[in-house]
Amino acid sequence: MKTMIEFKDVKYIYKKHEGEETTAIENISFTIEKGEFIGIIGHNGSGKSTLSKLINGILHPTHGDVIVAGFNTKDHSKIWDIRQNAGMVFQNPDNQLVATMVEEDVAFGPENLGIDPKEIRKRVDEALETVEMGAYKNKKPHMLSGGQKQRIAIAGILAMKPKCIILDEPTAMLDPSGRKEVMDTIKKLNREEGITIVHITHYMDEIVEADRVIVMDNGRIAMKGKPFEILTQVEKLKSLRLDVPQITELAFQLKNEHLIDDDKILTVNEMVKKLCQ
Amino acid sequence: MLKDVTIGQYYPTDSIIHRLDPRTKIHFTFLYIIILFMIDNFAGYVMAFAFLIGITLISKIPLGYIVRGVKGLVFIILITVFINLFMTPGTPIFKFWILEITDKGLEVAIFMALRLIFLVTGTSLMTLTTSPIALTDGIEYSIKAIPFIKNYAHELAMMMTIALRFIPTLMEETDRIMKAQKARGADFESGNMIKRAKNLIPILVPLFVSAFRRADELAIAMEARCYRGGDNRTRLNELKYHKIDLYAYVIIVLMTAAILSTRFIFNW
Repeated sequence: MKTMIEFKDVKYIYKKHEGEETTAIENISFTIEKGEFIGIIGHNGSGKSTLSKLINGILHPTHGDVIVAGFNTKDHSKIWDIRQNAGMVFQNPDNQLVATMVEEDVAFGPENLGIDPKEIRKRVDEALETVEMGAYKNKKPHMLSGGQKQRIAIAGILAMKPKCIILDEPTAMLDPSGRKEVMDTIKKLNREEGITIVHITHYMDEIVEADRVIVMDNGRIAMKGKPFEILTQVEKLKSLRLDVPQITELAFQLKNEHLIDDDKILTVNEMVKKLCQ
Repeated sequence: MLKDVTIGQYYPTDSIIHRLDPRTKIHFTFLYIIILFMIDNFAGYVMAFAFLIGITLISKIPLGYIVRGVKGLVFIILITVFINLFMTPGTPIFKFWILEITDKGLEVAIFMALRLIFLVTGTSLMTLTTSPIALTDGIEYSIKAIPFIKNYAHELAMMMTIALRFIPTLMEETDRIMKAQKARGADFESGNMIKRAKNLIPILVPLFVSAFRRADELAIAMEARCYRGGDNRTRLNELKYHKIDLYAYVIIVLMTAAILSTRFIFNW
C-alpha cells in the first residue's frame, strides 16, 4: 500500500448552537503517499486545522470520505487503528502533556494501546532518544522549555509507532530556537524513520523543504504543488494573505528591478549562488 | 503560611521507607488512623509515639520538618483541646466562673491532642516519603481492591494525575493574569477582606475560562493518543510487592497487636 492518506471530495460543516451552520472546508480531494513530507499552509480560518482533525478521526466528514492507512475514518470499529497510525501533535505544548513526569507522558499512548510494560519501556527510551530528550526522562514537563515540551509530545506519538504524524501548527507558540529544534526533529523523522509528515503551519520558511505543499484558502485548496512552484508565485500568495519567505521576496523584488533573471529562489544558499554567478 | 503545611509534600531521601510499595504505606496509614482512635490508655500512646519516631528516623526526614507540619495545625488542635477540656462532664478539679475542668475532661483533652498530632504526623510521613506519582498509583491499586467502587479507580487516579500535572501550569497562569491585571491598574493589596476578595474576580474569571479551554484541548489530545478509559490499559511501571514490603506488613501487624493489647492490659 503506497497511499497513506486520501481525501475524496470532503466537505465539513460546523454546527453552531442556534442551528447556524458554517462550512469549514469543501471540495477537498488529495492523496498523500507514504513517506512524503507535506506542508499545509493558509491564514487563520482557512480550514487547515479542520483538515488535520479529519485525518485523525476527531471530526468526521459531513460529505465525502477520508481514508487513512486503508481505513475509512467513518468506520467506528477502526478508529483506534487510525489514531495509532496517524498520530497528532497540537499547537499548545502545555495542553497535550498528561503525566507529571516526562517518561510517564511518553508512555501514555502505548499504555492506552495495552502494550506489555517491557515493550513500553523499550519504546519510551527509543522515542526519547530519537527526539534527543533521553536525559530529561525523569524531569517534570513544566520545567522544560516550549521546544522541549513539543519534542516530548512528538516522542509520545512516536512511542505508538505511527506511520504518519500530523502536526497542527506545532511551532506557533515557540521562540525561534524552539522552532528550529522542532523542525529539525520533524525533518529527521521524515528522512531517517520514513514517517509520513503532514505539517500544518503559517510559517512559509518551514515548508521550503517539503515534498509538496497544499495552500488552503477559505475552506478550499487554493494551490497545490512543489514548494518552489508555490512559493515563487509571490503575487498570488499575497492575494491569499500569506507571506513568502524573505529570500523569495528579495528575489522577486530584484527581478522586478531586472537585477537578476530568475526569481525561483527559496534559500539563502541559492541566492548566494545566483548573485555570485 | 501555606508554606508551613508539610502535609502533601514530598521529601526525597534514599531511605527504606521511601522504597516501600506505596500500597504498603497507604494501608499502614489507614490502619494507623483506626488504631489511634481505638487507643484508650497512656501506654498505647507511648507505643504509638515510639513507632512514629522510629519511622521518622528510618525515613531520614529531618524532625524539624515534620514538627513544622504540626505547627500549621496548632490552631485546630487548641480549639479541640479547649472544647474537650470544658465540655466533658465528670468530677470537677478546677473551677473558675462558669468554666469548669473535670478529671475526665483533662484526660479526654490530652488524648485528643495526642491523637490529632499523631494523625497529622503519621499521614504527612506517608506523603513525605511517597512521590505523587507513586501515591496516585498506590491509591488506584488500593481502590481496585474495594468491590463497589473499583470501577472508578482508574478515573479517580487519572483525575489526580492531571490535577497534579496542571497545578504548576495554572499557578504560572495565575501569576501572569495577576501581573496583566496589575498593569491595567487592578489593586490586590488594599482594602478590607471583602474588598480584596472582590478584587480577585478579575483574576478568577480569566483563570477559569482558560482552565476550561485547556481541559477541552487536553481531552482532544488524549483521545488522539488513543485514550479510552481504564479497560485493557497497561502501565509503564506496574506496582510490585518486594520482600521489604512483606517485612513491613509483619511489623505493622505486630505493632497493631501490641498497641491494641494495651486496651486489655492497662484498662483503667
